[in-house]
Amino acid sequence: MATWTWFHRLASPPHVYAFARRWTPWFGGFAAVAIVVALYGGLVMAPPDYQQKDAFRMVYVHAPTAWLSLMIYTTMAVAAAVGLIWRMKVAHAAAAACAPVGAWMTVAALGTGMLYGKPMWGTYWVWDPRLTAELVLLFLYFGYMGLRAGIEDPVKADKASAVLAVVGVINVPIIKFSVEWWNSLHQTATVMQMGKPKMDFDMLWPLLLMLLGFLLYFITVLLIRLRAELLRRERNASWVREVLA
Amino acid sequence: MLTVQGVHLWRGDRHVLRGVSFEGTPGKCVLLTGKNGAGKTTLIRAIAGLLDPEEGQVFWRGAPARTRRDEFHGDLAYLGHEPPLKGDLSARENLRYSIGIRRSVTTAEIDAALTRTGASAFADRATRMLSAGQKRRVALAGVLLANAVLWLLDEPTTNLDADGQQLVRDLISEQLARDGIVVAAVHHSLPLPAEQLVELTLGQP
Amino acid sequence: MFFMIVATLFPLTLTPEMSRLRDAAPGVLWIGALLSSLLALEFLFRDDAVDGTLEQFALSGQSLTWMLFAKTCTHWLLTGLPLALSAPIAAAALGVSVDAMPGVVASLALGSFAMSLIGAIGAGLTLGARRGGVLLSLLTLPLAVPILIFGARATQLAISGGDIAPPMYLLGAIAVLGVTLAPLAAAAAVRIGLE
Repeated sequence: MATWTWFHRLASPPHVYAFARRWTPWFGGFAAVAIVVALYGGLVMAPPDYQQKDAFRMVYVHAPTAWLSLMIYTTMAVAAAVGLIWRMKVAHAAAAACAPVGAWMTVAALGTGMLYGKPMWGTYWVWDPRLTAELVLLFLYFGYMGLRAGIEDPVKADKASAVLAVVGVINVPIIKFSVEWWNSLHQTATVMQMGKPKMDFDMLWPLLLMLLGFLLYFITVLLIRLRAELLRRERNASWVREVLA
Repeated sequence: MLTVQGVHLWRGDRHVLRGVSFEGTPGKCVLLTGKNGAGKTTLIRAIAGLLDPEEGQVFWRGAPARTRRDEFHGDLAYLGHEPPLKGDLSARENLRYSIGIRRSVTTAEIDAALTRTGASAFADRATRMLSAGQKRRVALAGVLLANAVLWLLDEPTTNLDADGQQLVRDLISEQLARDGIVVAAVHHSLPLPAEQLVELTLGQP
Repeated sequence: MFFMIVATLFPLTLTPEMSRLRDAAPGVLWIGALLSSLLALEFLFRDDAVDGTLEQFALSGQSLTWMLFAKTCTHWLLTGLPLALSAPIAAAALGVSVDAMPGVVASLALGSFAMSLIGAIGAGLTLGARRGGVLLSLLTLPLAVPILIFGARATQLAISGGDIAPPMYLLGAIAVLGVTLAPLAAAAAVRIGLE
């Protein structure tokens, strides 16, 4: 019975809203602390990599953004699937809230990737498998957001974009595989070791902490967007009037 | 056999169906009345499974219609606002196609249905050349051919002349006599015996 | 038709030099095929959605998955297969030798089949959406990347005389995955699109 109440609470917009409101500052605070400490550790404390010198420090921002861009897409797809199977409004709202955050993360991953690439190969863009896959991921996000925007009825938009997200997430491993296969055919001298320099512990812990920090940051932003999304969707409900009063 | 329980549906911001419940039993016709925009079409489509209600359920033969969807659809014939006819095909070809995907159907059966609904005269012309009333007669032939227990009709008398409206009443009576169930959205009540009728008015505040 | 025009316009933008064109041929053929596919996909369900027959499919009590699979196959037979069969003409214009033609046709045939299957999902999702055509392209292109990569590689190997088996197997694997999963997703998409 207790698990059923928990599930019910998860599905109920006012409960989720209250939860989000309470916990946002905590997640935000921890995120800020983690990121600051990790930045200090990575930018100041970690020794320069003997091959890439100081340029490798970009990995502290690039790797978390890339990892998160994929993780957010997966979260979005899971939330969408939950919304579709169990018909939970909150799940659909969560998926909608994830999308812009994920898209920006992907843009950041591409941007930091390009900034990382310049000192490494002299050009801003290479058709490296990871960058190429990030680009395709960005198009997947655009497709999702475009579909949501193109369908008038909100319930229909929720369901249609949910199907798209699930199809997309199944495709992501296939796309990654195909892009890596393609890249391996045309092996160029600049073999990419981006984001995976051999790391000893001094270099590694800021990265892991940064990852955690970004994850907490994502949760913070998600909770904020989710609250706004819930208010917008439920604007005619009585609990919204009470909350805004 | 058909139970609609507490169905709520929103279209965008509008709370169109507010807790609609009724029972459809063999030999009875459920008439849905109400003003334009009251939700008659929405309800018919929700029962058919084309729309998903946010709350509430539709039960068919005791089981939720959603879980036994294909079986449910095999038992029902749906007639919407626009008759589903392909313009380039003739009435006969259309029926062979649309009924053919449900069950195998013989030419004799198609002819009989077209005669019953008064559509034989124009059965071989391309349907895009037919008038709205003629198309509706062809569509009614399709409903007959479906051999379905449950009929969901959305304003079946649209575009029909006085003869056509009588035809619809007769067809419904015959269906009820076969222990079928009819749910029809109408503007005006149909003159059927009271014990066969259940009226439900939608859109009341 | 569109495919032919694209293939013949390309040399005008690049160079009349046959050897350079031959290098670019896989790309030109595949981009042309992709764009033609996208144009054709818009019409996969459109007519049936408009005249109400798609709804009848959904209400028929038969498996919508199978019906949509059948529709997609027919659509491919009328659009994708002719495209693949007419590819030799375009390929010849790009300097591809005659021995390469079977490989070119095979890769485009299999690839366009996979495209139709994947595209059916987008076609279902965009039923009734604003700017459906543009949206369909946006949705389908990222999902088509693997088809493009494996297919173009197969065509490239065919042209250069190499063994086309490895990429064809990969393309075939995608097609099989498409056959098993895509019609299911397309059926779900169409039901949502009809709401």
